[in-house]
Amino acid sequence: MTSPLTNPSYTLAELCIVACAEAWRHDGEVLATGIGLVPRLAAGLAKLTFNPDLMMTDAESVLVAEPVPVGPRGDYQVKVEGWMPYLRTFDLLWHGRRHALVGPVQVDRYGQMNISAVGDHAKPKSSLLGVRGFPGNTLNHPNSLFIPNHSTRAFVAGEVDVVCSVGYNPARWPGGVKPAGLDLRLCVTDLAVLDFAGAQHALRVVSLHPGVTLEQVQVATGFPLQVDGILPVTPAPTMEQLQLIRERLDPHDLRATVFKGNPPGLRPAS
Amino acid sequence: MADKRMTTAQVVARLRDGMTLGIGGWATRRKPMALVREILRSPLKDLTLIAYGGPEIGMLCAAGKVKRVIFGFVSLDVQPFDNHFRNARQAGQLEASEVDEGMVQWGLRAAGMRLPFLPTRVGLGTDVLKLNPWLGKVRSPFADGEELVAVPALRLDAALLHVSESDEKGNCTIQSPDPFFDDLFARAANEVYLSCERVVPTAQLINAQTARLQPFERSLVTGVVEVPFGAHPTASAPFHGIDVPHLAAYNAAATPEGWAAYRAQFVDLPDHDAYVRACGGYGALAGLPLPVF
Repeated sequence: MTSPLTNPSYTLAELCIVACAEAWRHDGEVLATGIGLVPRLAAGLAKLTFNPDLMMTDAESVLVAEPVPVGPRGDYQVKVEGWMPYLRTFDLLWHGRRHALVGPVQVDRYGQMNISAVGDHAKPKSSLLGVRGFPGNTLNHPNSLFIPNHSTRAFVAGEVDVVCSVGYNPARWPGGVKPAGLDLRLCVTDLAVLDFAGAQHALRVVSLHPGVTLEQVQVATGFPLQVDGILPVTPAPTMEQLQLIRERLDPHDLRATVFKGNPPGLRPAS
Repeated sequence: MADKRMTTAQVVARLRDGMTLGIGGWATRRKPMALVREILRSPLKDLTLIAYGGPEIGMLCAAGKVKRVIFGFVSLDVQPFDNHFRNARQAGQLEASEVDEGMVQWGLRAAGMRLPFLPTRVGLGTDVLKLNPWLGKVRSPFADGEELVAVPALRLDAALLHVSESDEKGNCTIQSPDPFFDDLFARAANEVYLSCERVVPTAQLINAQTARLQPFERSLVTGVVEVPFGAHPTASAPFHGIDVPHLAAYNAAATPEGWAAYRAQFVDLPDHDAYVRACGGYGALAGLPLPVF
């Protein structure tokens, strides 16, 4: 871990980008898809640092040899290395060589996610996006999660209102057998880093963000979390990581809009 | 050779109440909006729509044209939700057949190959099967014996597509960066209607180098409508980008009064030329910047 003394000032958004990037560290040559600003910047950071083999797109239709900066591009020329229309993306994801980092509205103790609707599906209280590719993604390739509002509204008790993705819920598995492609990895929130490596793939706390207590995390979660031993603090961004985020990946500081008030990553202990 | 040129009104006159329509493009890109506006002005009703949904879905819902939508998403990209579609859905006004994005192309592909269904694992372990009892299950006849989902053929009475250019016979090109699934919509449909930026002579449209820009062959095409900016307010790259302020104003108009005002200003007009002028004129639309995602 880098001493905070070498990087006295970083934001919570930057801490989350660095934590999310870890999702792709050991993936090798797969398509990294980050849905939303923090996951997208995290994929770019992973490619520029510890996993240069990652493939990624311009979020439209081409594969790029280096991550495209977000926001207005000015004179920047996209470094095209291939074509990735949606049809090929669908072929690729059913084939399995992809790792997506997604932002569901709800997630439950099984890692089942909801982006479809809150309330009854036939007449929802709030109609959201639709199941999109979640059913196929979670059956076919690894997925990680970014939840910017760690709360009991996001981490719900019981099951999510509409189960859009496959999770570690044997009652829903065909024949009670875990689907071969099911692989939920990291879950980064505004409070902590978690994974699905607990008993029976229970959600487990991996590290706490600076100034956050375990009690805070548990109270904000609608089901019991697994905790193994003493928890470390989520590693602070290194100077190299901050420089890449600020100068290359997000030169217009769009990440300042992720959390209300753009709070610092080093929060005073509550 | 057949001259398949038509007007938007001639296309819509061939559609019937209760039809299943496939709409090409993706969210805010290459939607056949001039054809959609013609439907909005028509008495057509009880439509089933299949699409990678953008503003066409919300507009048709707001106008009371829709019985059922088969979709993976409905989105305005820059604004994630279409408020008109949300209103219809939250009021329980339509049958929301919500499936995985990949299942939509799978059902279209089955229809295009004249198969009853295609198998997939997608949907297992989620609420998609419970919410869509029209999906089936099938067991592999081979040693694995795996239980799979059967996505039935999504046959279309008609497909409405906005392509880049076409000749009068329906040889067309899609010159934008992603052809999306327009070829599958075309092959799944009994009749295919194209709107395009320009109708041009074949020799000017296609040569050995550009032939791969043709998404499907002309024998699938019933009608061709020349309607420059016919995808507006969605993008038709390389000709023009997304009209983001227009979409934002449309999305903000998701009340009965708001929709009535939008209709009066942009739908209930004598012709497409009047629409273009209502949106700022040909020069302004040609200057819409290409999207950056």
